[in-house]
Amino acid sequence: MASEIAEPVVADDRSVGIVQTQYAELFQPPAPLVLESGERLGPIRVAYETYGELSPRADNAIFVCHALTGDAHVAGRHSPDSRKSGWWDSLVGPGRTLDTDRYFVICANVLGGCQGTTGPSSIDPATDKPFGLRFPFLTVGDIVEVHQALVKSLGIETLLAVIGGSLGGMQVLEWVARHPKAVRSAICLASASRLSAQGIAFNAVGRRAIYADPNFQNGDYYMAERGPDGSRRFGEDGPRFGLALARMLAHITYLSELSIEHKFGRRLQHSDQLAYQLQRETEFQIESYLHYQGQRFVERFDANSYLYLTRAMDYFDLATKYGSLENALGRTQARFFVASYHSDWLFPMSQSREIVHALVSARRHATYLELESVFGHDSFLIEVEQLEKLLVPFLDQTYQHG
Amino acid sequence: MNQRRYCLPDLESALMDRLIMAHIERGSRVLDLGCGDGRLLCRLRDEHGVSIQGIERDLPQVVEAISKGVPVIQADLDEGLSEIGDQAFDYVVLSQTLQQVLHPKDLLQRMLRVARRAVVVVPNFGHWRVRLQLLLTGRAPVTQSLPYDWYNTPNLHLLSMLDFRDLLQNLRVRVIDEVPIIRGTAVPNARLANLRADNALYVIESAEAPAVAANSP
Repeated sequence: MASEIAEPVVADDRSVGIVQTQYAELFQPPAPLVLESGERLGPIRVAYETYGELSPRADNAIFVCHALTGDAHVAGRHSPDSRKSGWWDSLVGPGRTLDTDRYFVICANVLGGCQGTTGPSSIDPATDKPFGLRFPFLTVGDIVEVHQALVKSLGIETLLAVIGGSLGGMQVLEWVARHPKAVRSAICLASASRLSAQGIAFNAVGRRAIYADPNFQNGDYYMAERGPDGSRRFGEDGPRFGLALARMLAHITYLSELSIEHKFGRRLQHSDQLAYQLQRETEFQIESYLHYQGQRFVERFDANSYLYLTRAMDYFDLATKYGSLENALGRTQARFFVASYHSDWLFPMSQSREIVHALVSARRHATYLELESVFGHDSFLIEVEQLEKLLVPFLDQTYQHG
Repeated sequence: MNQRRYCLPDLESALMDRLIMAHIERGSRVLDLGCGDGRLLCRLRDEHGVSIQGIERDLPQVVEAISKGVPVIQADLDEGLSEIGDQAFDYVVLSQTLQQVLHPKDLLQRMLRVARRAVVVVPNFGHWRVRLQLLLTGRAPVTQSLPYDWYNTPNLHLLSMLDFRDLLQNLRVRVIDEVPIIRGTAVPNARLANLRADNALYVIESAEAPAVAANSP
């Protein structure tokens, strides 16, 4: 999930600099991906970025899993004049936590996404039209399967670490359950082995907002014009009001009461006096902020992808799938690092404790911290210095001793 | 004030580690409560082939433990061991900490929930010098590590070996081993232990657990 509330970090000498998104074509005929639903999908294009150098023994690769609306661009900038750096830029770079002088860092857009990897906005080769809602149902397991194939295609059998927060953390857990030998350490932040009923509820309202938008057109709202990666454009003609509304709602769940209070309070946006106008949408600063977040989101995200990916999150339930959480996580020798945040009410600490409980019962190597932060669910994106102190020695130990 | 007062000596850490290790079977699974920088767990892992897990509250210590490759859960012992399942460990270690937690009795019970056996080291405030001091100067005892006074000592509970035995009996706990420690030396079966020992090590297990031959490895 995650709303990237963090201000863009100014580039410095610890940035990876200018980077380019790359593309891999996987699951080419006659070997399509068999999805968990049983459907087949292929070929699948995957957008990814890499930073640093792969060691000759291919033992220093770290895979970064992004949250619900993230993309492959985790670090650096796409051009010298681009305003915004990657979504976890302060974590990845030379001398940073994921030290690109030492480690080979990979991040890829998820299956079903809309930022370069095959998803509902991609062209269905069978019909030469965007998939829309004809895109097959997908799960977190399917997402991981595609990423594992990508990692393998890069010549990497075993990852030094898989790291992610929120939906990214779910992918981390799925990685170790599905490919227990391919991961030497698993770093799961602000996440859970299954989404809570409350989380499903918020997702349901977000999806309903999209379905209820008159522009939804049953998912067939794509324009004829194609984007740079070949997919059809979304936005203007799509269910943008519904999607913006879904984002506004979700955004509130990523913050904490305290962080909203600190940042906005009851301050007014336009003047220091109430306007006494019912339909003025941005009377308070927090309203203006949420509207801005909603609008900006519509420009970069496809409503259909939002539907598919939130559904994949709802379905994620590691314990049910593998009999028990202990069974799911006990299959690997990986070291685990789990962290949760006191102010995160969307993925509360109790859910991380469940993971740790299972790890300890399964006699796994488990490190767990409950971190202080006011930023709610978004903390894992913002409190990067706190993570650095813990993850640098954790990764170092894993790298040295496995 | 403090200088004139007798302080119960804290055990030297290397000695403490040796003592505890002598009571832990090779190849077992051990939980260390208040593991600090993970020193004892490292030795258990490297020298005893033990599967290890630490719990520590203090963040800098947690970072130290991570830097040693020790798996550590940051938690406060007063808030329970909810992350740990029943009988997840063979041994749980609590070294010179019991007197510092809010509810020692609860913690002992939780320890025997999460592990088959517990190794506990406690200071013995029944030592004759403590008694004499209280008698002669009327001042409360403290332990050695820092110049604490009664109002800022981490020790919330003062107990003697006799007191601890009473508690164990009350908890229906089986005592596998009781080792008085006198001036840094373990003296099994010491005479007048409650008068002479400054610390004592206990190996206990739940009386409900099936009895195993009480041989120290």
